[in-house]
Amino acid sequence: MREILELLERDAHLSHDTIATMTGLPVEQVAAQVAEWQASGVIRRYTAVIDWDRAAAAAGPDSIPETVTAFIDVAVAPARSVGFDDVAERISRFPEVRSVYLVSGGHDLRCTVTGRNIRAVSDFVSQKLSTIERVQATATHFVLKAYKRDGVAFAEPEPDHRLRVTP
Amino acid sequence: MKPLNDVITACPPSGIRRFFDIAAEMDDVISLGVGEPDFVTPWRIREAGIYALEHGYTTYTSNAGLPKLRRLICADQASRYGAHYAWDTECLITTGVSEGLDLALRVLLNPGDEVIIPEPCYVAYEPCVRFAGGVPVAVPTRWEDDFAVDAARVADAVTPRTKAILLGSPANPTGAVQPRASLEALVALAEERDLYLVSDEIYDRLTYEGRHTCLGALPGARDRTVVLGGFSKAQAMTGWRVGWICAPEEIAQLCVRVHQYTMLCAPHVSQLAAVEALEHAGDDVAAMVADYDRRRRVFVKGLRELGLDCPEPSGAFYAFPSIRRSGLDSETFAERLLHEHQVAVVPGNVFGPSGEGHVRCSYATALPLLEEALERMGRFLASVS
Repeated sequence: MREILELLERDAHLSHDTIATMTGLPVEQVAAQVAEWQASGVIRRYTAVIDWDRAAAAAGPDSIPETVTAFIDVAVAPARSVGFDDVAERISRFPEVRSVYLVSGGHDLRCTVTGRNIRAVSDFVSQKLSTIERVQATATHFVLKAYKRDGVAFAEPEPDHRLRVTP
Repeated sequence: MKPLNDVITACPPSGIRRFFDIAAEMDDVISLGVGEPDFVTPWRIREAGIYALEHGYTTYTSNAGLPKLRRLICADQASRYGAHYAWDTECLITTGVSEGLDLALRVLLNPGDEVIIPEPCYVAYEPCVRFAGGVPVAVPTRWEDDFAVDAARVADAVTPRTKAILLGSPANPTGAVQPRASLEALVALAEERDLYLVSDEIYDRLTYEGRHTCLGALPGARDRTVVLGGFSKAQAMTGWRVGWICAPEEIAQLCVRVHQYTMLCAPHVSQLAAVEALEHAGDDVAAMVADYDRRRRVFVKGLRELGLDCPEPSGAFYAFPSIRRSGLDSETFAERLLHEHQVAVVPGNVFGPSGEGHVRCSYATALPLLEEALERMGRFLASVS
């Protein structure tokens, strides 16, 4: 079962038929299992991993407006019985927040935020994030370049150096 | 000028060479003709090689190879297959199985000694036997039997000059894994007729149905068996040229003797990379093997849906479908498929007469390319039938 999830995580395009062939399971079982995961929220959604820098370079800056991404570390005073959960959930509701984690280290929450430009992200941090009750401090790290995301390296793939026919 | 060496001048070039020359000239070729992984060596192994270069491990090693690597190989063979060899006297590191095979045959054979080779088989077996002064004796296997070696047929080929049986399992080109019973029957025959066994186990980790049997671990086999292994396939390290021999002490030490004069040692950097491969790359290997298995299932199913009979390849990364349905012989099939639909496969007859009527397709190719290749093969089959 885990193998099906790993296959889908790598390539959500795989058909039930192909997954069934790859794993040796009956196709009906694969379909039923995937449907159950979708219903129960194990599979949250299907997405594409996009190299936006490359998309902008290919299409020209006017057709794909640039966005900026920042990692924002947030120090939060925990509260009795809820810990960090209520603050984390509150932050999660903003659409510009792409991810929120509770982490060890100097801060408590690490968030990923995207915006149209540096100003938009800064405004979000100063006006929305920092003003949430029990948020004590923030540290913003703007992303300058993405090299790898979700297991996908954005560098040019290594060419196939093999000879065409070998023994 | 005086004539050059008779044995070597009489040895024809590999039938694969011609297809390489044609395919190399063409554009938009999907190659299923490659006998090596499409994966690049896992990064942690490459990084260990880079580290070794940076830190100046550019010297010779001892002839037999780095003790650490030999210890790891022997421990791995023992735990994985129950094959026990003393790392210091019964194991040496070679520049790939190719050198290991050459060493083993030179050590085992006197001029005129016969070596029985079940075919279809890897293209180098017969030439290497000849170069070592021996006489190859091919014994056919049948795809109807999943290319299992029939010990009775091998027994029929034994003569007073027979010295050894040379076998590769899992096999290139068929993908066949010899059933344990066949191997046991061969061992019994070897004991009865006092023959050596040379076992090419380069694809040992690439088995998809059941476990690999190391020939050297079978009862009665150890004292007469040379096991050849390496890092090229499962660890995707073809270009590093590093393999090994495990054999009884007397044979292993004579292999070291030839090796010390002809090769001196396997590349130091490659040996250190191989250490990393055995110590830390188990997960990388497992992930590649799982990927080959998935491609294998998709590709074999696709071949069968095209109406090609395909024996179940349970090892290596080759499918060896029968193309008799097309009415073409192997060479014509492969040549026309390449010219008309730009898919490179290797005609089965280059691996021995029993390979006629088959083509070797390597599924060490990305899945989308395999699917495209199947489509092209489908169009080709429709055009010839």
